[in-house]
Amino acid sequence: MNELCVRARLPLADFTLDADLTLPGRGVTALFGPSGSGKTTLLRCVAGLARAAGRVEVNGECWQDDARRLFLPTHRRPLGYVFQEASLFAHLSVRANLEFGLKRIPAAERRVGWDAALELLGIGHLLARGTATLSGGERQRVAIARALLTSPRLLLMDEPLAALDARRKQEILPYLERLHDELAIPVLYVSHAMDEVLRLADHLVLLEQGRVLASGSCAELLARVDLPPALDEEAAVRVDTTVAAHDDAYQLTRLDFSGGSIQVTRKALAVGTRARLKIQARDVSIALATHDRTSIVNRLPARICGFAAAAHPAHCLVRLDVAGTPLLARITRLSKDQLGLAEGMPVVAQIKSVALIG
Amino acid sequence: MELKADDWSAIWLTLKLASLVTLLLLVVGTPIAWWLARTRSKLRSVVGALVALPIVLPPTVLGFYLLLALGPQGPVGQLTAALGLGALPFTFPGLVVASVFYSLPFVVQPIQNAFAAIGERPLEVAATLRASPWERFFRVAVPLARPGFITAALLGFAHTVGEFGVVLMIGGNIPGKTQVLSVQIYNHVEGLEYTQAHGLAAGLVVFSFVVLLGLYRLGGVRNTLGTGQ
Repeated sequence: MNELCVRARLPLADFTLDADLTLPGRGVTALFGPSGSGKTTLLRCVAGLARAAGRVEVNGECWQDDARRLFLPTHRRPLGYVFQEASLFAHLSVRANLEFGLKRIPAAERRVGWDAALELLGIGHLLARGTATLSGGERQRVAIARALLTSPRLLLMDEPLAALDARRKQEILPYLERLHDELAIPVLYVSHAMDEVLRLADHLVLLEQGRVLASGSCAELLARVDLPPALDEEAAVRVDTTVAAHDDAYQLTRLDFSGGSIQVTRKALAVGTRARLKIQARDVSIALATHDRTSIVNRLPARICGFAAAAHPAHCLVRLDVAGTPLLARITRLSKDQLGLAEGMPVVAQIKSVALIG
Repeated sequence: MELKADDWSAIWLTLKLASLVTLLLLVVGTPIAWWLARTRSKLRSVVGALVALPIVLPPTVLGFYLLLALGPQGPVGQLTAALGLGALPFTFPGLVVASVFYSLPFVVQPIQNAFAAIGERPLEVAATLRASPWERFFRVAVPLARPGFITAALLGFAHTVGEFGVVLMIGGNIPGKTQVLSVQIYNHVEGLEYTQAHGLAAGLVVFSFVVLLGLYRLGGVRNTLGTGQ
């Protein structure tokens, strides 16, 4: 029973939202897709803010079942909802905003404590403030805490970072990660930013035009090459590494993972800590032999697992296997033919750049 | 210049009438404003137009039909007679009923605009925080629409103080019962008591100016006298 079942069918202006999903009842599930693909509408259906035909069941608790004519109104569903813009009540102080939901929860059902929520989101010093004086990042943290304080059985987040600039995003992401690590509340997270997905999500649902293109574990799904061109520019894999050593002479840091090691410009990370990397397909190229002289530092022996078309007809996506770790490369079709690349061939994956995402 | 007993009684009656009418209008007007601000019903424009009618109708027309409806032969008149209340025309309760109709748009429209300006989002947020529909209305919509309520109350009060035609049609000119300020001024002018008329008229000018000044200071008179759309 530890799962979320969502079946929703709702005609929209340009297309029909038609989803039938069974998702893990724990961890973060990202609903990913281009703008206007129905992600937010799907989230609203789960919350009961929009009414689709179908069924919603959360860890054994039924919120909607058309077959039984059951439809719980939003305020009877034990959920938390974080909207894209923070939507704090302008007529209430920060404290009163936080208490708005909390005081409607019977004491016996409170599982997220006041102090814990304040501490988790770092907003204890803001309590007496009016909402108008908060920065964008602070507002969103208060909104997240406000939702958490209702001790939800499911947390719905609709692009909570989209309205923030890059710096504010970086300010909030660590809080979201702690949320993930410290609370056992399943999260549905709508996003169209691959960075956030790679950093936060365990499970991934790809949506396009209201349909589910794919649903599966994040690592597994991202390394698939048959994914839609929608992903093309963003196509990337996540590699979990540990900090192995620092090179003081060249100011580099070596990160080890099961398939080998990658060197990055020196990072202020202690040896032995975890480092999660995002490697984009467009930053990976392919060479045939290791002895080719090149300025690229990170060269990993790999085997070709498959090919797929990319958004631009000049490109193709190549799925590589680096001793068990999947990697994606985007190359031109011309290079593919000139090098005579084929499935099963041993090659060298040359990684031009990586991004540290947590 | 000294105000006579009649003048004082007219002032007192006017304040009593305006206060009572404002209170009733807030109670009656708020649900109408809520419905108008949120419904997608086709009846919305019809109801909106009906509520706005007193803005354009000559008060005599409104007063005339109210007189017919409330009179002994009218449907409302027969109802009140059957309930043992007697006929309403030429009584204070009759004035109250007429004024409620007359000032309705001035209360409904500011509240309606304020509700519309809040939008759907705060109410959705409240729903996700477990607030029932009633709680969403009283704890979120009403507090957020507060400026609209203040504007509505001030306009409703001031507009009722200033009514003349409807009062004359439905209430007449009975000292202590239906003789309000505006009618009393008319009486003074008829009697060529210009000094007395000045005393009351100037008072009304100052009162109205102060109310409107307050409203503009609050910034609440946007679109208030317009269509309310």
